[in-house]
Formats: sequence, C-alpha cells, structure tokens
Amino acid sequence: MVHIATGRSTQSTTGTHATRILGIVTLVGVAWLILFGLFLSPADKNQGESVRILYLHAPSAWLAYLAFVVTAAASALYLFRKTHSLAWDRLAGASAEIGVLFMGVTLVVGMLWGRLTWGVFWRWDARLTTTAFLFVTYVGYLAVRRLGGTPEQRARRSGVLALLAVLEIPLVHFSVKLWRGLHQDASVLRPDGEVKLDGLMLFTLFSGIITFTLMYAWLVIHRTRTLTAEDMLDDVGLELALAERRRESIPRTNEENGALLS
Amino acid sequence: MSERSPRDIMSAWWHTTRLIAKRDLLVEWRSRIALNQVFPFAGIVMVMFGFAIDDTRLMERIAPGLIMLATMFSLLILVQRSFAVESEDGALDALRTAGVSSSALFWGKSIAMAAQLAALEALLIVLAILLYGSTIRPSGVVLLIATWLAASWGLATVGTLYGGLAAGARGRETLLPLLLLPVVAPVLIGATRAVEAALGARGSVADGWPWMGLVAVFAAVFCAGGTLAFGPLIDE
Repeated sequence: MVHIATGRSTQSTTGTHATRILGIVTLVGVAWLILFGLFLSPADKNQGESVRILYLHAPSAWLAYLAFVVTAAASALYLFRKTHSLAWDRLAGASAEIGVLFMGVTLVVGMLWGRLTWGVFWRWDARLTTTAFLFVTYVGYLAVRRLGGTPEQRARRSGVLALLAVLEIPLVHFSVKLWRGLHQDASVLRPDGEVKLDGLMLFTLFSGIITFTLMYAWLVIHRTRTLTAEDMLDDVGLELALAERRRESIPRTNEENGALLS
Repeated sequence: MSERSPRDIMSAWWHTTRLIAKRDLLVEWRSRIALNQVFPFAGIVMVMFGFAIDDTRLMERIAPGLIMLATMFSLLILVQRSFAVESEDGALDALRTAGVSSSALFWGKSIAMAAQLAALEALLIVLAILLYGSTIRPSGVVLLIATWLAASWGLATVGTLYGGLAAGARGRETLLPLLLLPVVAPVLIGATRAVEAALGARGSVADGWPWMGLVAVFAAVFCAGGTLAFGPLIDE
C-alpha cells in the first residue's frame, strides 16, 4: 500500500482557524476602506471625485511590489540555503501570481485615473514604463514556472529568473528615466497629478495599505497551500502508478491465486 | 595529482571557452543558418520597416532604432538556433558530463553569438545607409564602433543566459521572446540613442557617449550574472 506522509491531518480545505480569522479581518478592512474611500473621505480640490481611485490604485501597487519582493527573497532562500526546501519555491510562485494580478489591477486602474487626470491613458514616464515591464517580466516568470519538469527543475529555473529580474528592473528603470530626461513631457493636460492629502485622505490611504497587506497575507497563505497540495498530488500520482506497475510484475502468491479462482 | 596554479586553471578555462566558441562558429559555418536565413530575415525586416513608414526623412531619423529592433528580432532566432543545436542529441548534457565548466560554456557561446550579432549589425548599418539614406559622420566613428561592440556583447550574454533557461523546454519558441524582449529594453534605448548620435540623426556625438555607457553597464551586469547563473540553469 502507498502511504502518503503528509505530516498534517487530511483536510478538504486550505483554511485553518488562523486564516479564517485573517480572512474575516481582511473583509472587515475592505468594508472599512469602501466606507472611507467612497463616502467619508472628501473629494480633492483639483481632481474632484476621481481622487478616490487613489485608495485602490496605491494599495494594489504596494501589494504587487510587496509580492515581488517576497518572490525574490523566497527564491534566494530556496537557492542559497542548503536544504533547498521546495516550500520556499512554492511561496515564491504563489506570491508572484498574486503580484501579477495586482500589478494588472494597478495598471488598469492607473490608466483610467490617468485618462481622468491627464487626459491620456498612458504617459511614457519612468514609473509607468517600469511598472509595465515589471508586469511583463513576472508574466514571463509564471510561464517559466509552467514549463514542466520536476519540481526541483522548476524551482531552480524560476528561482534564478526571479533573481535576474532583480538585476533587470533597476536597469530598465534607470534607462527609461534617462530616456525620459531627453524629451519634455508633452500633450499632458495637467502635468502634475499630485494630490494634496489632508488628514482623512491620508488615513483612508493607510487603511487601504493595511487592508491590502492583510489581503496579500491571506491570499498567499492559501495559494501556497494549494500549490503544496498540487505538488503532493503529482507525487502521489507517480507513487500510485509505480505501485500499480510493481504489483503487476510481482508473481501472485498461492492464496491470491486461490482467491482469484474462487 | 599535482596542485594546479590559478594561472593554469585560468588558461585551461580560456582554452575551453575558445573551443566552445570555435565549435559554435564552425557549426554555423557548416550549416550557414545565420548567413542564409537570419541575415536575409533581418534584411527583409528593414525593407518592411520602409514600407510601413514610407517617409524618407522620417526613415533617416529613426533608422538607428530600426537597426536595433531588427537586431533584436534576429537575436531571438539566433538564440533559438544556438540552443536547438545543444538540445539535439543531448549535446549540452554531454558537455557537462565531460566536465566542461558552465561558465566556460556560457562565455564560449556568448562569444560565438556576439560575433554573429556584430556581423549582423554591420550588415544592418550598411542597409540603413543604402535604404534609408543614413550617413556616418567622421567624428562619430569611434562612438559607433564602441556601441557596436558593447551592444553585440550585451545582447549576446543576455541571449545566451535566457536561451539556456528555455533550452530543452516545451514551448520555448514562444516563451523566449516574452522573457528576452523586456530584458533587452535598456539596450534598445541606449544603443539607439548612441547610434543616433554617431550617425547624426539627432544631437551631437558627445551626447551619445553616456548612452554607450549605459549599454556597456548592461553588458557588464549580464555578463557577470550569466557567469554565475548559467550553471544552475542548465544543470538538470
């Protein structure tokens, strides 16, 4: 018989007591953010109601950056620690998925906001362009994770790639900044989209950042657990298949033959 | 076994590197894939840019950018080719089993790739002069040569590194452009500005040198990164 040493009691969900509490706190945070972001905080003098996009835009950007930093750190821990624990690799993968999702949200929401504030969806400035590159880089990272091979191959490949991204992104940012220095910003209706934040707006923004950080923690824990389950499923599938083949090749004992005949 | 001095190790490493580079260039010379397929591809891309833009003055102005873009498209094909040769018959595994160091492999393949890219870029500059009416200003020749060398080396190292990553994997043909193009963006920006200055398409020659510097920094960073990371990427 194949026994699966999970080290954990068999359960049908990835939730535990702690993550349930975390989830509830996150949901309360979201409700709080909606209340403050959409109703209680004031409109901006220059931007009017559109400033409320900030409370979604800035926290998702923060979440995405946080996620990518965790991916890089977890990849480094996988590669440089002697144990080469796949848990770090799965954390890196889970974090990157969430990062890509929220970087996408940041870009879409940011473009909508840009249309309202600047009159255009896109400005070729260093921050926007680097963000787009970051997004594409991690989409590539996720594709590399799905290349196939053993979990160790996947971990090594994607780990190296995550660390290369740490090299790439500052270079891209620096070169785009130099490149933008060459041109003057044109066709922008209101060049400074800066928002003067009063107390309540700042409070709402920080609530957003805290809520999104909790949301990140909640999502990344669940996703890491499902990735663990996926890897386990692969192992179990392989072991079952091996056991099956082995059973076929072992000559049956007399009792088994007798049982089959009767 | 006698102790080997660091100098011996270095000279053995360099010997291996040269052998790998020579082998790659020999494979290319015998198959003539770059010469008969990649170079003509780059040429036709330049002609297609002409159709798409259809304005002689504008073409002269943006020729440096088009040269770099055509180089990058060709880089993708050259990298595929460079690693298709390795994965066939398990050549890469055989080399590693034979004790060839991964850094020598990386450098050897990069040198061969850089040589092909340098030839390709030279061809594209000639094409830009012929098709787009670009001119080289005498004061810009040194800048042009420096950028040419730095861009070839930078693109070759990063191409070899990411080629190694995707080598042997299913779907690598479609994955490589997604991985590689965002990474080479600094070279596109830097080399385009430097070549613009050298050709007189924009600004003075002195404006071009910092951009050349950017490309050189890129080449140095990915050369170092590749030397360290190539081993873990290809060991499987």
